[in-house]
Amino acid sequence: MKELFPVKQVMGFVFSLILTAVALMVYFTDMSFSIGMTILLVTAFIQAGLQLVVFMHAGETNDKNSIYLNVYYGLIIALITIFGTLLILVWDM
Amino acid sequence: MDFFDRFAVPHPSFLIYASMVGIGLTMIAIVLGITYFKKWGYLWREWITTVDHKRIGIMYLLVALLMLFRGGVDAVMMRYQLSMPDNTFLDSQHYNEVFTTHGIVMILFMAMPFITFFFNYLIPLQIGARDVAFPRLNALSFWLFFMGMGLFNISFIVGGSPDAGWTSYFPLANNEFSPSVGTNYYMIAIQIAGLGTMISGINFITTILKMRAPGMKLMKMPMFTWSAFIANVIVVFAFPVLTVLLALGTMDRLFGTNFFTTDNGGMDMLWANLFWVWGHPEVYILILPAFGLYSEIIATFARRNLYGYKSMVVSMVVISVFSFLVWTHHFFTMGQGAFTNSIFSITTMAIAIPTGVKIFNWLFTLWKGKIIFTTPMLYSMLFIPLFTLGGVTGVMLAMSAADYQYHNTMFLVAHFHNVIIPGVVYAMIAGLTFYWPKMFGFMLNERIGKWTAWLMSVGFVLAFIPMYITGLDGQARRMYTYSESTGFSMLNMVSFIGAGIMAISFALLVYNIYYSIRYASRDIGNDPWDARSLEWATHTPVPEYNFAITPQVASTQAFWDAKKNGHELFKGKIEKIHMPNNSGWPFILGCIFFVFGFAMVFSIWPLAIVTLIGILGCLVYRSFEKDHGRYISVEEIEETEAKLRGAKK
Ligand code: HEM
Ligand SMILES: [Cu+2]
Repeated sequence: MKELFPVKQVMGFVFSLILTAVALMVYFTDMSFSIGMTILLVTAFIQAGLQLVVFMHAGETNDKNSIYLNVYYGLIIALITIFGTLLILVWDM
Repeated sequence: MDFFDRFAVPHPSFLIYASMVGIGLTMIAIVLGITYFKKWGYLWREWITTVDHKRIGIMYLLVALLMLFRGGVDAVMMRYQLSMPDNTFLDSQHYNEVFTTHGIVMILFMAMPFITFFFNYLIPLQIGARDVAFPRLNALSFWLFFMGMGLFNISFIVGGSPDAGWTSYFPLANNEFSPSVGTNYYMIAIQIAGLGTMISGINFITTILKMRAPGMKLMKMPMFTWSAFIANVIVVFAFPVLTVLLALGTMDRLFGTNFFTTDNGGMDMLWANLFWVWGHPEVYILILPAFGLYSEIIATFARRNLYGYKSMVVSMVVISVFSFLVWTHHFFTMGQGAFTNSIFSITTMAIAIPTGVKIFNWLFTLWKGKIIFTTPMLYSMLFIPLFTLGGVTGVMLAMSAADYQYHNTMFLVAHFHNVIIPGVVYAMIAGLTFYWPKMFGFMLNERIGKWTAWLMSVGFVLAFIPMYITGLDGQARRMYTYSESTGFSMLNMVSFIGAGIMAISFALLVYNIYYSIRYASRDIGNDPWDARSLEWATHTPVPEYNFAITPQVASTQAFWDAKKNGHELFKGKIEKIHMPNNSGWPFILGCIFFVFGFAMVFSIWPLAIVTLIGILGCLVYRSFEKDHGRYISVEEIEETEAKLRGAKK
C-alpha cells in the first residue's frame, strides 16, 4: 500500500497550494511595493521549480542530467540578460 | 475603393512596377508549366507533403539560393547608387527600403535556410539515423519558414517594403516615423519564419541527443554535427528573445501599446538592447555550422584526422555561453556608462579567443597533411586568411572607446561582410560543392568551380576592403548619397566594380550547375571525395531510409576506419524499417499562417480572427490524429539495395 500512495505528489500539491495562498496574500493585505514584489518573486520561483520536479518529472528519467543542465543553462542566460539589461539601461545610464 | 488603397505601394517607381510585372509573369509561367507537364500531383505527393529530411533540406536549399539572388540584386543596386557622387538612381526612400530588405533577406532568408539545409540533410546521415526526431514537425518548420519568407517578399509589391533597417530600431520604426505597413511586414513575417526556426532547433537537438548510431558517444560525433548541436542550442535560447521582441513591437505598432515609445513610460532603447540580445547569438548561429563544414572539408582534403577535436568542441561550448555575453558591443554609443562598456569590451575580445583556437586547429590539421586542392578546399583556404582579417577588425570594433569613431561607418559594414562572406557564404558554397554529388549523383565541374572561388574572392576584396578606408575617413553607413567634395567616389567606384565581379561569380555558379547537369559523369560511386564520415557510407542517391542496416560506430571517423582500418560498419541483417507517413497538414497550417500574417499586416481583423481559429483548429486536429507511420518490408529494402548497388557497377 505504501508504494501505491503518491506521498511526494500529494505533499507537492499541498505545498503548491500554500505557495499560491501566500502569493494571493500580497493582493489582499496592505504592504509596501517592494515587500510585495519580493514575496511574489520568491513564491513564483519556488512554485516553478516545484512544478518542474514534482509534476513534470524532471529528475525521474535517464535524461535527468541533460534536463537539469538545460534548465541551468537557460536560467544563467535569462539572469545574464535581465541583469545585463538593468545594468545598461538603468543602473549605468 | 478605400479598402484596396492600402495595398498600393506608397512610394512607387519604375523598378517596382517592372518587378510587379516580372513577378506576375513568372508566377503565371510556373503555374502553366506545372499544369502543362502535369506535375501538380508529383509536387504534392513528393515534395509538398514530404516529411523526409533530405527533401525538406533540398527545399530549404532552393529558398536559400533564390534569396541569395534577391539579396544580391539589392546589393548591386546599392553599390551602383553609391558608385558616383550625387547619383540619382535610387532616391533616399528607395535606398532605405533596399538596404533594409537586403539585410533581412541575406541573414534570415538566405543564410538561415542555407544552414538549415545542411542541418536537415547532414545531421541524420552523419549520426546514422533514419530521419530527424520529429519528421512532421520538421515539415511544419519548413512551411512556417517558407510562408514567413513569402510574406516578407511580397511586401515590396503589396503595401511597401520595410524601410527602418534590418535592425528596425525604435523610435524610427514606430507608426509616426514609419507609417507604411512595411514595418508590420517586418514584425510579422520574421515572427512566422522565426517560429519555424525555433521548432527546428528543438527538433535537431533532440535528434542529436537521442538518435545517434550505436557506439557514437557525444565525443565521437563528426565535427559538423557538433557545430550543428551548439548552433541549435543557441537557437533555442536566443530565438525566444526575438519572438518576444517582435510581439512587443507588433503591439506597439498595431495596438498602441507603449513598450518602445519615448513617452508614457516606454523605452525606445530597450528595442536595440533586446534586438542584440538575439542578434549577436544569431551571428554565431550562422558561423558555427560554417566552421563545422570547414572542419569536414579540411580534414577530408588534408587527408588527416581533424587536429584538436576536443579543443574544437570546448571552444564551441565556450562560444555558446559567451555569445550571450557581448551584445552591448553593438551599441557602445547609446549612452550607458564607461563601466558597462568596458565589461562588454572585454567579453567581446574574449570571444575572439575560442575563435582563434579553431583557426589554429585548422592550420595544424593542414600541417603535414597531404593537401588536395579541390574546389571546396580552395574555398576553405581562402576563408582562413580573409576571415581572420574580419576577426581582427572585429577586435578593433570591440574597443568601446575606439568604436565611437567606427560605429555606423562603412568600417563596420566592411567588418561584418568580411566575416559573413568568407565565413558563412564561402562555407555554404564549399559545402554545397562538397555534398552536391551525395545529393544529386554527379559532381560540379571543378574548373568552373575554382574560377568561381577566385572571382568571388577578387570581387570580395575589391568590394569590401575600400570600405574600411572610406569608413575611417567618415563615410557613414546607410547614407544614400554623398557629395563630390568628400573624396569617397574613387573607392566607392572600386567597390561597385568588386560587387559586379562577385555578381559574375554567382552567375558562374549557376552556369556551373547547368553545365554539370548536362555534361558531368553520373558514374561517381558513393564516395567521390574519399571522405571520412558516415554520410558517405550510404548509397548515392540516398535511399529514403538512409541506411539499410544501422551503422556501428567506434571513432569520430567511422567511415574512414571502415575503409582503411577494417572497422565493420554494418553488422547484422536487414530488418523491416519503420518510417513516418507523408502529411499535408504542415503545408495547410503554413498557408493559414500566411493569410493570418497578411491580415495582421493590414489590420484586417475579421480575417485575422478567422485564420487564428483555423490555426487552433489545425492544432486540435493534430492532437487527436492517429498516425503510426508505416513499415518498409525486408523484400522492398533488399530490392532497393540491389538496385542501388547495381547502379554503381
Ligand atoms: C572575432 C570575433 C568578432 C568580434 C570581436 C566582433 C565585434 C563586433 C563589434 C564590436 C561590432 C559592432 C560595431 C559597431 O556597431 O560599431 C560588430 C558588428 C557586427 N558583427 Fe562582428 N565581431 C566578430 C565576429 C563576427 C562574426 C563571426 C560575425 C558573423 C558571422 C559577425 C557579424 C557582425 C554583424 C552582422 C555586425 C553588425 C550588424 C549591424 O550593425 O547591422 N561578427 N562585430
Ligand atoms: Cu556582435
